Formats: sequence, C-alpha cells, structure tokens
Amino acid sequence: MTQNYAPEEFLINALAAELDSVDHVAVGALSPVPGSAALLAQALSDGEQEAGQEARTGAALSGPGQGHKMRVSIIHGDANNPFTDGGRELFDCAGQGRIGAFFLGGAQIDGEANINLLGVGPYPNLDKRFNGSFGSAYVYFVIPKIILFAPDHSRRVLVDKVDFISAPGTSAPDVHRPGGPKVLMTGKCVMDFDADRKRFTLKSVHPGVTVEEVLDNTGFDFDVPEDVPETPAPDAERLQLIRTTVGPEIAKTYPGFAQQVLGFQGG
Amino acid sequence: MTVFEDLDTLAGHVADGALVALAPEYSWVPMALVRALIRHKVRDLHLLCVPIGGLAADMMIGAGVVGTLEAAAVSLGEAGPAPRFIAAVEGRTMTMRDTTCPAIHTALQASEKGVPFMPLSGLIGSDITSHRDDWKVVDDPLGAGGGPIVLLPAIKPDVTLFHSPRADRDGNVWIGRRRELATMAHASATTLVTVETIEDRDFLADETMAAGTLPSLYVTAIAEVEGGARPLGLTDCYERDMDHIRAYGKAAKTEAGFQAYLDEHVLK
Repeated sequence: MTQNYAPEEFLINALAAELDSVDHVAVGALSPVPGSAALLAQALSDGEQEAGQEARTGAALSGPGQGHKMRVSIIHGDANNPFTDGGRELFDCAGQGRIGAFFLGGAQIDGEANINLLGVGPYPNLDKRFNGSFGSAYVYFVIPKIILFAPDHSRRVLVDKVDFISAPGTSAPDVHRPGGPKVLMTGKCVMDFDADRKRFTLKSVHPGVTVEEVLDNTGFDFDVPEDVPETPAPDAERLQLIRTTVGPEIAKTYPGFAQQVLGFQGG
Repeated sequence: MTVFEDLDTLAGHVADGALVALAPEYSWVPMALVRALIRHKVRDLHLLCVPIGGLAADMMIGAGVVGTLEAAAVSLGEAGPAPRFIAAVEGRTMTMRDTTCPAIHTALQASEKGVPFMPLSGLIGSDITSHRDDWKVVDDPLGAGGGPIVLLPAIKPDVTLFHSPRADRDGNVWIGRRRELATMAHASATTLVTVETIEDRDFLADETMAAGTLPSLYVTAIAEVEGGARPLGLTDCYERDMDHIRAYGKAAKTEAGFQAYLDEHVLK
C-alpha cells in the first residue's frame, strides 16, 4: 500500500482525533501541526452538530446556548485569535478553566511526563540551548487535557529523566492542579498518561511501526497492553479537508508550513 | 507632556544598564528604534521580553547591547532558532534569567497596581522556580485551602519600547487590541514610541478609537518613523518580510555572518 499523505498530515489527523469532545482548544507558539489538528477537529465538529451529545470536557465556565461548535484559539497572529486583552489573556483564560485542551512539545520528555523545552546539560551551564520554556510551567497545571507532541520519537527526546524540568508531569496532592498531561503523540505511536501511576501506556502504533520499534526508541519504561491497535490514517476525504479547509486557515499563522507541507499557495 | 522627537533623540533616552521591555514579534516591535540603539552602542541592558523574544532580541544580543536577558523563550518563529541568543547562552557571554510567559505578565500587572508582588498558580516543581531566588513559594496566606502558591516580585521596567500605526497630536497612541503594550507602558517609568504617522486629531474624542488608545499620560516621547517595524509586520499596514527574516536566521548562525548583516542593514 502506498502512502499518499505527508507524515505531518498523518499526525494532524491523529491529533485531531484526541480533541474529540473538547469545547475550546488553544494553540500556543511554534505549533503548526497542532494548530492544523485543532482546525481539523473544528471542521469535523462543524459537520456533526447533533444535539444531546455526551458531556464535554473542559470549558467549566461555558454555559448553555454556546452550541456545539468547537472553539479554536491560535495565538501569535490575528487570524483565529479571539483574544483582545493582550498576551496575558490566554493564561488568565486557562487559569479560569475556559480552555479544555492545549499542546506542548518537549526537547526532552521523560517517563513521568516531565517536559524540558529549555536545554540539555547541567543548568545553567547548558551544552545545548533550546528556545525556552514558554508558558509551559503554568498551562501544564491548569488546562485539563494537555497533549504532548513529539514528532521525533527517539531516545534523544524520550529520555529516562529530563535534564531540566520546564514543567513537571505530576504534582503533590496539595498543589492546585486541575490540568496536566493526558496523551503523548509521537512520530511512531500514541501513549496515554496516568498521573496517579506516573506512567505512560502504549495506546496505538502508527502504520508500519512495531511495538518493538517503539520500545527500542524510547528511553523510559512504559506499559504495553496485550493488544496494541494501529493509529488510524487519514482517508481521502479527511486529506481533502486538511488541504482545502485547514490549509488556508493555518497559512494565516504559519504561511511557511502551509506552503511546504500542505501545498497551500495562498496570498 | 509627551514630546515629539526624531528617532536618534528618542533612542538617546535609553541609558546603559536600563531595564527595557519589548513585546513579541506579533506585537509591533520598533525595529528602527532597535537598530538605532545598536548604532548608539547602548550597553549592558537588562532586556525583558514580554514574554518571548525574536529578531529584535537576537540582534540586540548579537550586537552586544544586552547584559541580562529575561525571557520565557527566544525564537525566530518559522525562520527557526534565534542563533545569537543560543550562542550567547551556550557561550555564557550574557546573564540569562529564565522564566515563563504568565510570570512576566503577572509581574508587570503587579507594577500596574503598585503592589510589591503578585501570586500565580502553577510553577511549583518547575526547575525555573527552583532557580529563581527572587520567587517565593508560600502557603496560601489567607488560609483558604489553596495550598502552596508562588509569589512573584513586581517588575518595573525603566523603559518600554514599541511601534504603532498612529499617534494623535496630543501624544495619545493607538494600540488596538495589543493590550500587552498598555500593560508594559503602565508598569514602566518611561515609554518611548515610534509611529507610522502622527494624525492631527484627538483619539480620545472618538469612542471607537479611545477604546484602543494608550493615553499620553503613559507616553514619554514619540518619533514618527515610517516603516518603523520593518522587516517585522505591523497590523493592517504591512506584512513581515519572511525572506528577510529567514536570511537573517541563516546569516546570524556565525559571528561573521551576523556582523555582515549588521554592516548592511543596521550600521550603514
């Protein structure tokens, strides 16, 4: 079977599946694939606005009468960005429980879901410096469903212990923490995170990837159930939606990505 | 009273060692003023990115303007990592104060209110917090069962710098929805603004304009500089020049390439 989609398109589709039944998804800095996934999930939710759906996660303060359309807020641009009260508004909004899901990456992620966006080596004398921790040290605590996104599935990224904790995966019971990591999406698989057990469990492997390959390329221990299904790939209709509906929208925030990956040549 | 000056006079207000606040790339960065500061050989600034830095921070770091950087992150966005920032941190040629986005917003809000500190959720267990000896973890002081919480000291910048499409004749500056610029100006002792144009009217007499206006009360001086945010973008005026920023990101990977960029685009 030949693959007729880019790896990024596969991940957009797989991430969108994790957003099912979230009311409000926010997307932070440097996140073209997560942003596209959120826009895809929104396009899909537009297509199925039936009443009487199951209780939705997140958006604790959203009341009735808001409809079922998923809200997507992408910061760092004027498009798909509803915020009018400055850079703080995303964080204040999250702190109140108005955002249901958010994406975070990590130059390193460990088996307890601690994430490091800052650098490798003994801080502050780093061997390799990355961009920085952004808002992770806050949003990881307050947004109910954090999806960790690590396209480079390797022992370099998925480590036994991070060199620097930008944000901890779990907290002591007395720390106010309504949110945290729920899912890890990599270039090879999907894992679920259980905060009580401080441990990941393999949920599915991407097409063509074996469980052994995931084990070989992961630097931390995790649970492997007896039966590991394959992560669904995007069908033709879904790919069409990504390229024609999501492409022009994400191009407003990430023009380079939209052009190079989704083939969108917009103005 | 707000004064109207030329660009070089405006840049002259920034003293060596000042704590200078600068917004991110989407929020109207005064690039012409940044280039003027580099030409003026300002030194040892404590640069506060509110809350992340980009091209301007990277250029100022590369040009030796910055002694201390406080930022939640620095990057050139789609143009990749910020090369002079990374070289300065890895080479330990600059003091780095790592932080996280809402901590900067919150610390500026403390200054807006004139209170010495503000609490913020999260942060506990992050190595950012364990390395910031000016932050303090306390038990909920009101005993309301909130658990431990972090107190952040107010940040009071000496100078805030930004660019805007327009000011009026009284020195009121239109900021639209870029409200972080208002927070920064409220918190700062001095605010220096470049604008595309100075309009002969009163923004505060027009309710639609007034809602997006930073009153002259907070504005120290203004210079009219057309294209003052280029090569970055300015809402409804011009788009960022991604080819230019990508070329910078490539050139600045080496010290020599960065110097060549400075010679061509800043110092000439």
